[in-house]
Amino acid sequence: MAERLGAAGGLPPAFIAAGTSSFTEFLSMAAPDLLPGRRPLPPGSAAELGPHATTIVALVYADGVLMAGDRRATMGNLVAQRDIEKVFAADDHSVVGIAGVAGIANEIVRLFQVELEHYEKIEGNSLTLDGKANRLAAMIRANLGAAMQGLAAIPLFAGYDVDTHRDNDGPARPGRIFSYDMAGGRYEERDFHAVGSGSLFAKSALKKRWRPDTDHGTAVRLALEALYDAADDDTATGGPDLIRRLYPMIMVVTADGVRRLTDDQIAPVAQAVVSDRMTTPGG
Amino acid sequence: MTMPFYASPEQVMRDRSEYARKNIARGRDVVVFTYADGVLFVAENPSTTLHKVGELYDRIGFAAVGRYNEYENLRVAGVRLADTHGYSYDRRDVNGRVLANAYARTLGSIFTEQLKPFEVEICVAEVGDTPAGDQLYRLIYDGSIVDEPDFVVMGGHAAAISAAMRERFRKGMDLTEAVGVAVRALESAGGDNGTQRSLAAEQLEVAVLDRNRPKRKFRRITGQSLAALLPGPAQDQPSTESGSDPGPGPGSDPGDAPTAGS
Repeated sequence: MAERLGAAGGLPPAFIAAGTSSFTEFLSMAAPDLLPGRRPLPPGSAAELGPHATTIVALVYADGVLMAGDRRATMGNLVAQRDIEKVFAADDHSVVGIAGVAGIANEIVRLFQVELEHYEKIEGNSLTLDGKANRLAAMIRANLGAAMQGLAAIPLFAGYDVDTHRDNDGPARPGRIFSYDMAGGRYEERDFHAVGSGSLFAKSALKKRWRPDTDHGTAVRLALEALYDAADDDTATGGPDLIRRLYPMIMVVTADGVRRLTDDQIAPVAQAVVSDRMTTPGG
Repeated sequence: MTMPFYASPEQVMRDRSEYARKNIARGRDVVVFTYADGVLFVAENPSTTLHKVGELYDRIGFAAVGRYNEYENLRVAGVRLADTHGYSYDRRDVNGRVLANAYARTLGSIFTEQLKPFEVEICVAEVGDTPAGDQLYRLIYDGSIVDEPDFVVMGGHAAAISAAMRERFRKGMDLTEAVGVAVRALESAGGDNGTQRSLAAEQLEVAVLDRNRPKRKFRRITGQSLAALLPGPAQDQPSTESGSDPGPGPGSDPGDAPTAGS
C-alpha cells in the first residue's frame, strides 16, 4: 500500500513533490486512508466497542518533568487489560500519555511519533516543544467527528524545553506540560496536571502535595500517591497490583532525554505507598 | 509545415547520459563503506547545513552527489517512503532494498520519460545486526543499481579515489582508522597537478550508521569529536584546495559555492 506506483513504476508524484515537512500532511495527499479521523463512521455510538485507558498524571520537578499512568484498561464494568501502557516517548525530549478509547489513542500516538521523527529527518532539526504541542492539537482536532460518536481520546503532553523558555514570573523551568480538549484546544499547565476518569482525584492529591522544588525521588512518590488516590475512588483506574507485580509506569524527561523507570525502581516506592496507606488510608 | 527532428533513441540516451555524467563530475566526492561497527559516510562538503549525507530510517542512510535540489528531492522522497512503509507495517519491515528499488524505478522512469535526467548519483546504505548484514547500494542517474560489497565512491574524482580506497580498504577497521582511510583517499584526488591535498574537519561531512546504537543508528560526527578522529597532516606540503575543482555549474553542489556554509 505504501508503494502505489507512478506511471512507469517510479515513486508517485506526491513523494517527489516539494512542500511539506509534515508526515500527516503528506499522508493526506498520498494515502489519506491511513489517517485517523478520515474514515466515515456509521451513525450511532461506538463508545462501548473497545477498551478505554484511564488515568495519566504529569508533574514538573527540579530536573524536568515526570509522567505516570496506571495500567488498567476497562470495557464497561470489565477489566479489559491489567498491564496496558499508556505513556509513550514521543521523541527524545517529550512524552505523551493518552486517556480514552485505547485503539484511537494508540493510533494517534504512533502517528505523532512518526510525525516528529519525520520532521526532524527532513528539516535536520527538531520542532520546538510548542511546535510539537500544536501538531498534537491538530491531530486531536481531526478526531472530533469520531469523538462525537464516542471514540474520544484525550492526550497529556509533556516535555523538556531545550530552548530557553520562560514564564513571565518565577524561575526558569524547562519541564512543561500541555493539556488538550476534544476540539483541539491546547492549554499549557503550570506545575501538574492529570487526565482520564480518575483525574479529579489525582489532581486533588497533587494539589495538596506538589511543591516547586520537588526532587526526583519525591516526584516519583507524588505520582504514585496521586494514582493511588485515583484508583481508590475511581473503579476504572488500577492501583499498584502487588500480587501480579504490576506497577504504574513512569517516564521522566530531563536534559538527558526521556527515560522510563524500571519496575525495580518503581516497586519499592509503590510498596511503601501501599504500606503507609494501611495506617492512614487517606494518604 | 515544420519537420520534426529525428534523433535515434540510442542517440537520445547517449546524450542524456553524457549530460548527467558531465554535471556529476563537477561535484565533490563522497565515500561510503563498511567498518567494524557499521557503515561510515565521509563527504567533502564545506557546508554545515546543506547535507550530502542523511538519515532515511532506523538502520538506513543516504549519500549523494550531483545537483543539490534533485538529490534532496530524492532524499525527502525516501524519508516519506520509509516512514509510510514503517507506519503501515512495522519499523522492522523497512529495509534498504525497498528504498533502493524505489529509487531505481524512479530514476529509471525520469531518465527515459523526461527531457532532462536527474544529475545525481546516490548510495543507500543499511546497517545490519552483524557485519554480514551491512548493505551498500549504489544508484546512478539512469536507474542502474549495483549492490557493492565493500565501498562506494561517488563524485568527480570517483575513479582516482576508488583506486586509493582499493589500496587502503580492509574489512573490520575501527572508526578512527576508517575515517583516516577515507580522508586520505579523498585527499589523494583533486589537488593541483595530482598532489596530495589536506582536508580539515570543516571541509568534511562525516556520519555513521552504528549498529551498537539503540533504535536510530544514524549519527553525525561533527566539531570536536570529528577533529579527534582525523589523521595528522599529510606528509606532502598541504596545498590549498580552493581552485582545485573545475568551476561548478549553477546550483550544482552546495559545497562548491565559496560563500556556502563554513
